[in-house]
Parts: sequence; structure tokens; C-alpha cells
Amino acid sequence: MDAENQTNIMRLAEKYGREQLIVILGAADVEGAEISAETLISGDPSFAGPLAGVQLGLQVYHILEPELKQYIPEDVYQEKLGIFEIAVDTQQIGESLARLRQQ
Amino acid sequence: MFEGKFVVALGERDGVPGLTMAEVLRAAGAEVVSQVTECFV
Amino acid sequence: MSNPVIKAFAYLLVHTPEFIRYGSKPWREMQHRPDLDQTLSNHQRSFEEAVRYPPNQVFLGNLHPEDLSGWPLPWWKNPVPEAAAEGAYGHFVDQELFYGYLKASDHFDLVWLTPEFTKRIGRRLQGHALFMQDDLHRLGEGKPIDDIRQAIDTGGSLPLFHRGECIGSFQRHHEEDESLQARILMENLMTKASGALVVRDLLQRSGLKQSDPEYLISCSEEAVGDRYNRGGGSMAKAVGEMCSLLNASGSDIKAFCAGPIYALVHGAALVKAGVHESVIVFGGGCLAKLGMKFEGHLKHDMPILEDVLGGIAFLITPDDGQSPIIRLDCLGKHAIGDGSSQQEIMTSLVARPLEKMGLGLTAVDKIATELHNPEVTVPQGSGNVPLNNYRLMAALAVLRGEIERTGIDDFVEQKGMPGFCPTQGHVPSAVPYLGHAAEAMRQGRIKNVLFVGKGSLFLGRMSQLSDGMSFIMQKNPALPE
Repeated sequence: MDAENQTNIMRLAEKYGREQLIVILGAADVEGAEISAETLISGDPSFAGPLAGVQLGLQVYHILEPELKQYIPEDVYQEKLGIFEIAVDTQQIGESLARLRQQ
Repeated sequence: MFEGKFVVALGERDGVPGLTMAEVLRAAGAEVVSQVTECFV
Repeated sequence: MSNPVIKAFAYLLVHTPEFIRYGSKPWREMQHRPDLDQTLSNHQRSFEEAVRYPPNQVFLGNLHPEDLSGWPLPWWKNPVPEAAAEGAYGHFVDQELFYGYLKASDHFDLVWLTPEFTKRIGRRLQGHALFMQDDLHRLGEGKPIDDIRQAIDTGGSLPLFHRGECIGSFQRHHEEDESLQARILMENLMTKASGALVVRDLLQRSGLKQSDPEYLISCSEEAVGDRYNRGGGSMAKAVGEMCSLLNASGSDIKAFCAGPIYALVHGAALVKAGVHESVIVFGGGCLAKLGMKFEGHLKHDMPILEDVLGGIAFLITPDDGQSPIIRLDCLGKHAIGDGSSQQEIMTSLVARPLEKMGLGLTAVDKIATELHNPEVTVPQGSGNVPLNNYRLMAALAVLRGEIERTGIDDFVEQKGMPGFCPTQGHVPSAVPYLGHAAEAMRQGRIKNVLFVGKGSLFLGRMSQLSDGMSFIMQKNPALPE
């Protein structure tokens, strides 16, 4: 995750409170999503960015997770995200993020 | 899920861009306080 | 009016491992990790290793993208036996030789090299295929090492290295002007030198006389300018001058990574309109992108694979009855009002240009998109960019009822290709396949290819918009079926 974005999220977590902030990811694949999620939950795994060693413990989801789908109006989902249900394994993304959230 | 929460949309150019995520999340009733799109190449 | 054609093309790789330290990411990291310089040095590839690297051989035309599909992984551990530094489509220049061309491109005494090093590279330059006589004159005699050291210590200069030894320095050209600091000027001059090399190669391949080219368009990634105009340009004219194209002028097109596609469309439009009879579109290499994913490579104990500058050059002329044509009547553009979702982007850039030709996604022979080498990007967690894009295109084909969901993998395999290009920003944006496509068209193997380039405008913080452009290149209709 870009260092600037890490800093921005830290600032927002401070402003709104860690419990109140939810980060939603739009990564193109599972691995990218996992790295971003790990950064925001338990610290930058590359130990390079502002979140190196910082455990924000934020709530992190991916926009394509089945768990989120129920909140999004069906027509909006199909129009804006429907292509991804075909292109990627949204189930796998959901399972992977859920695992990281449980840690 | 979004009741009383503040949402950050972290999009990706070859995934779901931030603008699209913000549109979708607002339609879901979320208060989106920040959205960006990252590009890694 | 007839269609403009791509009459010739050339590609270039320059091995610059000791410039990785000046790439954007390594440079920023080194400011707070002083040991990183040594670590990066310990993970450099030799020139021979870079030459034998299968994706580099594809880029230079000695292999085709299809050859990579079956190539054993990891590619960096499975070199091409007896690989040549001379490719069917272009040259692979080593770092030492490139220093010669860098100095030869220098009109402002920005590059200081020791006399011994200067002498050595002077000899090598004269024997090289892309050498021009004026290069020797600009090489000069070199600067004493004491002057070089002083410039580095107190003059804002940056050390230049070869085989671990400091052999020179790169100067700033103004004490206060941010745009004329050493690193910016280095970035610009490296683009100029590599751009000049690939254009010189293009001229040799095309058989054009130096007086023939009328216009150059640069789609490179740099910002040539000064404190009053940070991105003034014109890299195009500077490179044209390096190639002694005395009848040409030029200008630069900036569109982030989609630059090459935009530049080709603009160049083709100039030719079709009869404004110019020969237009050269080129992109020099990008210093800033060297070592961008170095962390991923170090983590997996790989050599730093982003150790090369890439160059691209294309010659556009009126229809010659044999070269592939550019269908300016079937362009894809991502308009401001087109929306940012992948459905909308892919519809604009993939579906619509094909629709204009009366074709569906399944009817085009090949689609070339962002062709970044996944072996570079995946270790850093940046994903397989071409594959992600091809899967989205396949998904679009499903949504449009052209294929079934079960046909996605076949679509990706038939219409797509593995990524093979260095992560040089604009360079991987679809056009690395142009040479391969042109050759396949002349041989009658394929008929049409869609080239899709995407640009991340939001990176410049002026617009949140996505961007892209696409065009169809087609086998010349005058050739037999």
C-alpha cells in the first residue's frame, strides 16, 4: 500500500476512532487484498511504510466480498461490480479477508 | 454494517477504482470519508 | 484518404543495474536505510543474465509472447540458451556502452566521466551499430577524478558507478531550480539517450534517409523543463537532433501510461490528413521506474529484475500496400463522462472500437493490453496485470452474451498473452506486441489486433478520472488473404 495512503488512513483512524472506521479494498486479486488488509490490521508486512510495526486493528473488507453484497442495491451492484463476479473468485476473496479479520 | 461508521475506499486501477467504490458504498448507505485509487505499475 | 501504416518498428533495452539506486522507490527508501545501497548491489544481474532472461528476449523479438506460455518457471532461473543481445526487433545495450551514449547526448556538460573511462567507452562507441560520428565529439576527454569528487561532495552532483566503482558524476544545472537538480536532469537525459538509440535503430531498419522524417512525437515519461515551466518538453526535438533529422520537428504527448497509444493515434492522424508523410513516434526509457518492486524481489531472494530501461519507436507513413494499417475510424476512447467502473472502461476501450468494425470481442485475433512482466509484479503483491485485464475483457464478453462463463480461460488464452515487458510505465502499454503483430500480419498468421492502453490520471492529483485509448491495427488489405 502506498505510504501516503497509509498515512492518510492513520490520520482518519485518529480523527474518527479506530472502531468507527471501516476500510474497503478494491484490489484486483486476492494476494493484493491480503497485503493491504494485513497492513491495516497488523502492520505493514514489508516493514517499510508508515504502518510498519503499527497495529491499527482496523475493520477491513473487500468490496467484492459476498458479505458486503447484501447491503448494495442489486441494480447498482450489477451495473458497477457485476463484471467481477464473472472475472474473479469473490468467494475466495471473502474467505481470505474473513480469516484475516478473525486474527 | 455501515450504521454510525465512516468508510474509506481504497481502490485499484486494474481492480475496482475508488470512484466506483464510493458510488457503490454510498448507494449502500455508507458515509464515505475518503476514496483513492492506487496504481502499482 | 487511405489508411496510415506502421512501416517500421524498433525496440530497445538498456541494462542499467547501477542506476537502480536512482529509481524513485529505491532512492526514497535509501534516505532512511543506508544499508540498502549495498543490498541492491548484491542483487544485481549481470548483462549476460539480463540478455538471457526470457521476457527480455520476447521484448526484443527473438522469442514470441506465445513462447513464454510454456516456458518453465521461474523465468529468471530458466534462461534462454545462447540468447543474443541483438534482437530481431532491436538492440540490448550494456551499461558501459550506455554511459557513452549518455555523455554523447549531453549538450550542457551535465555528465562528467573520468578520462580512463571516457577513453574506454570511446573505443566501444565507435564499433557500435548505433554510433554516429558526432557522438565522439561530445564525448570529450573526461574530467579529473578530483573535480568529480568535489562536485559530488559540495556541488550537488550525484555519483555515477560502473562495476562498483565511481567513474563519474551527474551535475545539477542550477542551485535553486528544482527542475534542474541532478536527479531530474539525469532522468531526462536517460530518456533522451535511450530515445535517441531506439530512433536511430528505427531509421536503420526503415531505410529512411535522415532527411525523410518530418515529425517526431515523444510519448516518454519525464518532465523536461525549468522552474517556470516544469514540463515544457520537447524531448521529441532533442531526440530528433541526436539523430540528425534535420528536416523534422516534434513535440511531446503526455497521457501517463497511455501515452504511446495516444501518440500513435496523433501521428497516424497527421499522416492521414496529409500534414506529414513520415512521423516517428517514440518512447525513451524511464529512470524513475527502475527498482520499483525491489522489495518483492529481495523478499523472495530474486535478483532485481527492474534493471533495464525500455525503448520503443514506430514509423508511420501513408499506405505502402504491405505494412499493417491503423484504423483511425475505429478508435476507442475513454470519454470524461464514461464512468470509472471496469464495465464502463472495458466497454469504451474494447467493445466500442470493435463494434465500429462490426466485430464482437471474439472476432478480433488478439488483444494487446498492459503487458507488464508478472514475474516482476507478483512478488511485490501487485498482481498479474495483463491477466487481470484479460479476465475482465473475457467477463465483458460473457456479459455481452458472446461467450459462456466456461469459455473465459479459452478467451484469455486465445486473445491474450503473458506479460513480458519491463515495468517501464508507458513502454508496456500494449505496444510491445506491435512488432510481433506486424510480423504475424505480414506472414498472414493474423488479421487484426486491438491495442488497449490505460492511464492513471489520478496519480497526478488533478483528476480522479481513469483514462485510456485503443486502436485496431489490421493486416494491409492489399496483401493476399
